[in-house]
Amino acid sequence: MAAPENPQQQAATIRHAFGNVLSFLILLLIGVLAFSIRLFSVIKYESVIHEFDPYFNYRVTQFLIKSGVYDFWNWFDDRTWYPLGRVIGGTVYPGLTLTAGTLWRIFNALNIPLTVETVCVFTAPIFSAFAAWATYLLTKEVKGVGAGLTAAALLAMVPSYISRSVAGSYDNEAVAIFALIITFYLYIKTLNTGSLFYATLNAIAYFYMVCSWGGYTFIINLIPMHVLLCIVTGRYSSRLYIAYAPLVVLGTLLAALVPVVGFNAVMTSEHFASFLVFIIIHVVALVYYIKGILTPKMFRVAVTLVVSVGLIVGFAVLAVLIALVASSPTKGWSGRSLSLLDPTYASKYIPIIASVSEHQPPTWPSYFMDLNVLAFLVPAGIIACFMPLSDASSFAVLYIVTSVYFSGVMVRLMLVLAPAACIMSGIALSEAFDVLTRSIKLQLLAATENPQINAGDATKVTPNDAVKTEKSEDSVKERSSRKSKKKEKENVEKASSVSRKEKRLLVLPLEASMIAVFLLVLLGAFYVVHCVWAAAEAYSAPSIVLTTRSNDGGLHVFDDFREAYAWLSHNTEVDDKVASWWDYGYQTTAMANRTVIVDNNTWNNTHIATVGTAMSSPEKAAWEIFNSLDVKYVLVVFGGLVGYPSDDINKFLWMVRIGGGVFPHIKEPDYLRDGQYRIDAQATPTMLNSLMYKLSYYRFVETDGRGFDRVRHTEIGKKHFKLTHFEEVFTTHHWMVRLYKLKSPKNRIRGKTKKSKSKATTTTSSKRIGARKKNPWH
Amino acid sequence: MAAPKSVAVFFAVLNLISLLPFIAFSFSPDQPTDRKILVLLDDLSLKSSHSIFFNTLQSRGFDLDFKLADDPSIAVKRYGQYLYDGLVLFSPSADRFGGSLNIEGVLDFVDSGHDLILAGDSNASDLIRNIAAECGVEFDEDTSAMVIDHAGYAVSETEGDHTLIASDEFIQSDVILGSKKLEAPVLFKGIGHSLNPENSLVLKVLSASSSAYSANPTSKLSNPPSLTGTSISLVSVVQARNNARIMISGSLGLFSNRLFRSGVQKIGSLNKYEKSGNEQFVTELSKWIFHERGHLKAVHLKHNKIGETEEPSIYRINDDLEFSVEIFEWSGTSWVPYVANDVQVQFYMMSPYVLKTLSTNQKGLYHTSFKVPDVYGVFQFKIEYQRLGYTTLSLSKQVNIHSCVSFHKFC
Repeated sequence: MAAPENPQQQAATIRHAFGNVLSFLILLLIGVLAFSIRLFSVIKYESVIHEFDPYFNYRVTQFLIKSGVYDFWNWFDDRTWYPLGRVIGGTVYPGLTLTAGTLWRIFNALNIPLTVETVCVFTAPIFSAFAAWATYLLTKEVKGVGAGLTAAALLAMVPSYISRSVAGSYDNEAVAIFALIITFYLYIKTLNTGSLFYATLNAIAYFYMVCSWGGYTFIINLIPMHVLLCIVTGRYSSRLYIAYAPLVVLGTLLAALVPVVGFNAVMTSEHFASFLVFIIIHVVALVYYIKGILTPKMFRVAVTLVVSVGLIVGFAVLAVLIALVASSPTKGWSGRSLSLLDPTYASKYIPIIASVSEHQPPTWPSYFMDLNVLAFLVPAGIIACFMPLSDASSFAVLYIVTSVYFSGVMVRLMLVLAPAACIMSGIALSEAFDVLTRSIKLQLLAATENPQINAGDATKVTPNDAVKTEKSEDSVKERSSRKSKKKEKENVEKASSVSRKEKRLLVLPLEASMIAVFLLVLLGAFYVVHCVWAAAEAYSAPSIVLTTRSNDGGLHVFDDFREAYAWLSHNTEVDDKVASWWDYGYQTTAMANRTVIVDNNTWNNTHIATVGTAMSSPEKAAWEIFNSLDVKYVLVVFGGLVGYPSDDINKFLWMVRIGGGVFPHIKEPDYLRDGQYRIDAQATPTMLNSLMYKLSYYRFVETDGRGFDRVRHTEIGKKHFKLTHFEEVFTTHHWMVRLYKLKSPKNRIRGKTKKSKSKATTTTSSKRIGARKKNPWH
Repeated sequence: MAAPKSVAVFFAVLNLISLLPFIAFSFSPDQPTDRKILVLLDDLSLKSSHSIFFNTLQSRGFDLDFKLADDPSIAVKRYGQYLYDGLVLFSPSADRFGGSLNIEGVLDFVDSGHDLILAGDSNASDLIRNIAAECGVEFDEDTSAMVIDHAGYAVSETEGDHTLIASDEFIQSDVILGSKKLEAPVLFKGIGHSLNPENSLVLKVLSASSSAYSANPTSKLSNPPSLTGTSISLVSVVQARNNARIMISGSLGLFSNRLFRSGVQKIGSLNKYEKSGNEQFVTELSKWIFHERGHLKAVHLKHNKIGETEEPSIYRINDDLEFSVEIFEWSGTSWVPYVANDVQVQFYMMSPYVLKTLSTNQKGLYHTSFKVPDVYGVFQFKIEYQRLGYTTLSLSKQVNIHSCVSFHKFC
C-alpha cells in the first residue's frame, strides 16, 4: 500500500479488511455451532450409531476399511437377503462410506487412532459445518456476504437438517446436503464468472453428489430447469452455456462411473430433462451465433431454416424419447420418483414404499417444527430475490419453489427444502437488517454525510469478480428502498406501516427502525431457542436406546435392542439365519453379525412378501416357510409391555398387505373386524392365530395376569396358548425384543394317544398316565 | 455309617471315571466297540431261556448288563451322561421300572440317539404299550388279544388255538434283514400292532398274513376284530430322525431258545424246516438295530473349480466346478466304501438349479462336475439321501455365487 494519499479510500480498505477477518471469524464460529449443536445425542446418550440405515453404512464402512476399496466394489454380501444375497458394491451409494473411510485413514495417518465407529458418528456433524460454509458461498453469490453469513448461521441450526445429521446419524444425507449445496454454489459461481475452472469443479461436485445420494436427480433436473428459465426469459449468455454444457457432459460421464447409477445416467427418464435442455441450449447458442454474424435480413432467412430443421430434429428426438420411455417397464420412472410426481402413486400401488413413515406427506406442524420462523421469512426472501432478478437469484427462487413442492410430497425431502429456506431467510433477514441499520446510521449522522458512502455493511464484495458483481451491486442499491418496503410488509407490520410514506428516500424513521431491528433480533432468538430445543430433545434420540422419564424425574433407559442383538451374537452359530420384519435387518447384520432374510434395502418385493406371509400365517405354515429359507431364529419387536408404539404388531397390517400383494391367500379383511384393526377378544381368528400375534403375546398374560397391552390400550384377545413349532429362546428385559427358535421336527412320530378305556384296568397305572401328561413330547 | 457311604461315593466316582472313555454319545463311529447294553427282564430265568440271542450279542462284542425290571438300582444316566448305548426291554409285564428309569427316561434315551429293542407279549403292561405308542407303534388295545391265524399257523403236535403262527411276510430289504435270504418262516406267538401309514419313520418288518386277526383266543369272537390281515404288524422297526433305531416285537417268545431251535412247518405248506427262521431273523435284525449295517457316513464334501484343488470362497457365474464326497458304510468292524448309483447332489438356492447323479469310483468317492448357473446368490451343495434301511444322509455346504464385476474383468 502506498502513501495515504486518499484517506477515504484507505479507510474503506481497512474496513474491508476488518470485514473479511470478521466474516472469517463468524464463519468459523458458525462451523463450531453447526458441529456442537449436533452433539446432544452423544452427550445425552452415548456415542452410538443411530437408527436403521446408519448401521448398514457403518457395516459397509467397516468392510471398506478392512478389505480395501477394490474388494468393496466386488463385495457380495451373503449375510443379507438370504439366499439371494446382495451385491453391495453395485447397489450402494458409496460417497458416505468412502468419505468416512478417507477421514479414518487421514486420522490414522496422523497417528490419531480413532475407531471406525467414532469417525462414523462424527461424520455428519463435520459435514454440517461444511454445509454451512457452502451455504455461505452460495448465498454470497446470490446476494452478497451479509446474506451469506446469515444463511450459513440459519443453516447451521435448522432443525430439519439437524434431524438427519446429529452425531451418530450416519446416513447418506449427512454428506449429501453438503454436496448438494456446493454443487449449486459452483453452478452459480460458474454462471457468474463464466469460468471453465469452476465448471469443471462443478462437474466434480456433482459427481460427489451422485456418489452420495439418490437425490442427485434433483440437481440434474433443477439446473436444466433453471437453464431453460434463463433461455426463456432471454437471459442466455455464454456464461450460461459454460455453466451448463460441461456439467451435462462431464457430470453424466462421471455419474456413469458410479456402479449404482451406471447406465441409468443415460437410460432413465430422471435424466432426460438434462439432455433435452442440452440440445435446446445448443440450438439457442447457434441462433445467437448466427444472429451475430448475419445481417438482419439474412438472419430472418436463417431463422426459418433453423426453425424448420429444428422442428424436424425436435420431433425426431421426441420420438426417440417417447420410444425409450415407453419401452422401459415403469415408463422409465422408478417407484420412488413416480410418487414424487403423483403423491398418491405409492400408497396406491406400492405398499412397500407407503409403509415407510418418512415417505408419507408431511403435516403442517412438521413445517413449523422443522423450519420454524424460516417458513415465514421465505416469502420475503423470494421477493428480495426479485428486487433485481439476476441469474443467481432466479436460481434461488426456482430452488425454493421446487423443493417446497417436493417436501409436500414426502416428509423426507424436507431436508432438501431446508437449505433453500435458509438461503431465502438469510437473504430476507440480511436485506432487512441492511435497510434498517442504514436508516439508523443515516438518521444518527443526520444529513451531513453523503448517502453515497454507504457502500459498507451489506454489500461487501470480493474484488475478484468485479465486473459481474458491480452491476448487481448497483442494481441492489437502486431498488433497495422499494425492496425494504415490501420486506417490512412481510416481516414486521409496524415497520411497514410507517415506511409507506417513504417512496424515494433510503431512510426509515429512527424509532421504527429500532423497533424493527429489535423485533427481528427477537425473531432470531426464538429461532435459536427452538433449534436448540429441537436438537436437544426432539432429534437426539438414537432410537436404538430409548429413555423415558418416570414421574419422580428419574431416567429410565431401555436398551433392549442391543441386549437382543448381543444375545444373538453370543448364543447362535455364525451361519444361523434370523428372520424378522425388514426394519431390523440392517441392525441384525451389523450388530449381531447374523444372516437375515430381508433388510431395509427393500429391493426384492417378493422376498419381503414371503416374510410378511410367514408372519401372517398360522404357526405351521409359517414354520414351513421359514424352514424352507433355512431360518433358525425369528425376531419380533413387541412394545405392549412398556408402551413402545413402533412395534411389530402396529406394523403388522403392512406385513399383511405386502404379503398379500404377492401371495393372494393372505387377505387383509381376514385380519380386520369390521374394518378395524384390533387385537382384543373381538379380533378375527385369523388375526389371533397369526404367527405375529402368537410370537408377540406368547406368555404375555404372565406379566400382569390379564394381558393388558399398553400400546393398543386393550386386553389381548387370546391369552393362554402354547407354541408348537417355535420355542422362545430369549426375551429382553422390557420384552421389547423377543427371539424364538424354530423347533426341529420331532425325533419320533407318535402313535395315537391311549384312550382312557385301557386305563380303567389298573388304578396305579392311570395315576402314572396322569403324571405323564407333563412330558415334553405332548 | 459315614465310612461305607464315602466308599460308595468313591466307587461311584471311580466307576464313572473308568466308564468315561466308553460313554459314547449315541452310535459313535469312533468308538463302536465295547458297547454296553442294558437288558431289563421280568424274570431272571429269561436269561437262560433266551440265552442264544444274548450269546449272539455277546459274541459280537456287546457287553450285556442284566437287571430285573424292578431292580431299584437301574440307572441309564449319570451326571448327564448315558451309561449304556442300547436298551433291551424284555419285561413286557413290568408296570414300572425300578430305580430312576421311567417312560420319559426311555424316550430321552432314544432321543439322544440310542437304540432300543422292545418286546411286548400277551400280558404287556401299559408302560410297554405307551413306550411303543410314543414310537408310533400301537399294540392292540384289547389286552387279552393275540394274533390268530387259522390259515397260517405253524403245525405242531397239538392242534392248539392257532396263536403260534408262522409268517414269512418279511420286508424286502437286504439292509435290514441281511443279504442271506430267510428260507424258513418265523414263528411268532404274541400280540399284533398297527402302524399309522402316514408315519414315515416306522417300518413293518414282519407282518401277519392276510388271514390273520387279533382277538382273544379263549373267548368267542363277538365283535369284528379291530386288527385284521396284513395291516397287523408283528415286528416293526423305527428309525428316528436322529438315526436312533428301535425294534418293537409283539412277542417275547420270538427271541426264545425254544422257538430258535424248533422246526417249523406252515399249515398248508409241504416244506418242513428243521429249524425256524427266528434265529437268523432276530440276529440279522439286531445287527441292523445296533448299527452294524445300514449306517452311512458322508465325509470330505469337496468342491473346487476344474483344474484347481483349493476350495474357493466364491464362484463366478458360469464357472465349471467339481464336486466330490466320500460315503462309507459301517460294517460292524470297519468303514467300508458304500457303492450305489443313485446318490445325487443338488445345487440349491430356494430350488435346485442343478440336480446331478454322482458317479462313483467304487471306493467310496462320489464325484461330478457341472457349470455354475447364471444366477448369483447364496447356493448350497445339498445331498439328501434317504434309502430304505439306511441312515439318512443330509448334508449341505454353503457357497456364494457372484457375477463378474468391475476391476475383475478377467475373472
